[in-house]
Amino acid sequence: MNTATAAAPDTTAAHAPEPARLSAELATIGVLWRRDLVRFLRQRSRLVGALAQPLVFWLIIGGGMASTFNLPTAEGLGYMEYFFPGILVMMVLFAAIFGTITVIEDRHEGFLQSVLAGPGSRGALVLGKAAGVSSVGLLQAATFLIFVPWAGFQYGAIDWPLLATFLVLGALGLSAFGFALAWFIDNSQGYHAIMSILLLPGWVLSGAMFPVSDKSPALSAIMRGNPMSYLVSGVRRAFYVDAPPLGTTVGSHLAVDLAVVAGFAVASLSLATWLCYKRR
Amino acid sequence: MAADRGAPLLEVNDLIVRYGDRTVLDGLSFTVGRGEIFGLLGPNGSGKSTTFSVLTGLLAPAAGRFRFDGADIEPGARSLRARIGVVFQKPSLDKSLSGRENLMLAARLHGVPRADRRARVAALLELAELADRADEPVKKLSGGMARRLELARSLVHEPILVVMDEPTSGLDERSFQRTWDRLERLRRERGLSILVSTHRPEEAARCDRIALIDDGKLVACDTPEALRTSVSGDLVTLVGADAEALAALVRERFGVEARVIDNAVSLRCDEGHALIPRIVEALPAGRLKAVHLERPGLAEVFLARTGRTLDDEGRPAAPLDRATP
Repeated sequence: MNTATAAAPDTTAAHAPEPARLSAELATIGVLWRRDLVRFLRQRSRLVGALAQPLVFWLIIGGGMASTFNLPTAEGLGYMEYFFPGILVMMVLFAAIFGTITVIEDRHEGFLQSVLAGPGSRGALVLGKAAGVSSVGLLQAATFLIFVPWAGFQYGAIDWPLLATFLVLGALGLSAFGFALAWFIDNSQGYHAIMSILLLPGWVLSGAMFPVSDKSPALSAIMRGNPMSYLVSGVRRAFYVDAPPLGTTVGSHLAVDLAVVAGFAVASLSLATWLCYKRR
Repeated sequence: MAADRGAPLLEVNDLIVRYGDRTVLDGLSFTVGRGEIFGLLGPNGSGKSTTFSVLTGLLAPAAGRFRFDGADIEPGARSLRARIGVVFQKPSLDKSLSGRENLMLAARLHGVPRADRRARVAALLELAELADRADEPVKKLSGGMARRLELARSLVHEPILVVMDEPTSGLDERSFQRTWDRLERLRRERGLSILVSTHRPEEAARCDRIALIDDGKLVACDTPEALRTSVSGDLVTLVGADAEALAALVRERFGVEARVIDNAVSLRCDEGHALIPRIVEALPAGRLKAVHLERPGLAEVFLARTGRTLDDEGRPAAPLDRATP
């Protein structure tokens, strides 16, 4: 290339060489990550809405259920307290849904086209998008932590590294899962349908709103098979220095919750990457 | 590896793409020389956009061999993607971000060194004549401005080849001319090679060489001038009521091949200026509303070679985005 350029400087002198593979992958991840963050931080209305919606949800549903909620295994546990970890997971889930539904249009008539045709791999594209969408959800969830005292928790009693671990893994898993759905379905109406028959019920049946009860074996089986249950469970554990109230977690042990949530994240990222290669 | 300067920059050989049992590209082969502006001309659904998608790695072909800058490569290989600039037919800018932000992201994506990014993006904004609107969200720019920005974006990593899919669709005549003046300047000043797919004959006429593509096959490949001279005679267009009957009448009386295109009768003959008075004489007053005479352009070449017009949808456009080859 160099000799050729020297022989005839008129044509290829100005053309840049190919960047190294690793730096191309990192650049692809960085660009998608940055793009979602910049877009989110720019839209003030989105920031306000991202906080107001879960707050209203927490207050209305929490307020309504407060008088009837009574867990025999955990006397005195208030519903606002019980519901709080589930609200954090809901924020991460909603961010994942709304952050990945745009992939459908973006891929055919938008920015993603240029990333697909760019120097990075599809794996980097999935990682970058998942990182961007997760960051948006995590920022929202972090902001919502200002309401911790109203839920009856104390900041000093929170296991912050554990909370961060679960939320980060959960956000990555849900974002990658949303990406995989968007890529596979490739149609906004279809994605909306899946959202209302799979993702939202998945959150309701995650222990976010009510704990697993063996009175209904079918419901219990669904809840125990739902990866989001282990995420809610893990997030709940982070709010209690000792053990969370009996009967409010799905996994028998922290390690179980962590293994399922981490496994879900890895599986979702792998599925999204595979689909992204398979279905161009 | 030292690239042979005489060899083409890009060689595409026997490219085959299938959607299910339908063959969309059927053994397509062409080359793009260094510093050449090469066009793929064909109607919608002829396979040009599919070719574009294969080159940019968006679509995996069933078969085909590719050489780029002296090396054999896989279709859509990273070594190709890293060194070509791409202008998509559909918008590919982030509309919520500004022009400058879009270009900065593209510079980052393509590994432009941090120290060079700002200056290079500023220079490209100048080139696109958008320096004064660089910080407005793209959604506030006009269609023509956004197209200029797309072109600027494709150049951010100083590619050796720019691949464009219908780059001037939706542009008015003036913007069209300015875009092509700009492209020719880039070729002249930077030695850029350009591959453009289009269904517009006036766009193909700006290329050094063009490949006529119909139904996934290469019909002809030559310079626009050579293709034009390959079709002899004049093109006469007759406008009048009931074009089908008019065509039949002309065929019968004058023994020339006449077709109905867009409600007008189109016929080719050796000497149009001699034929026209005879036709006018032969028909009752008022039967003809207008008569038009011209030398065949690339649209007529395409028609002569394929029997189809460039506006024809030869068949439904390939549903690219749902493709599972």
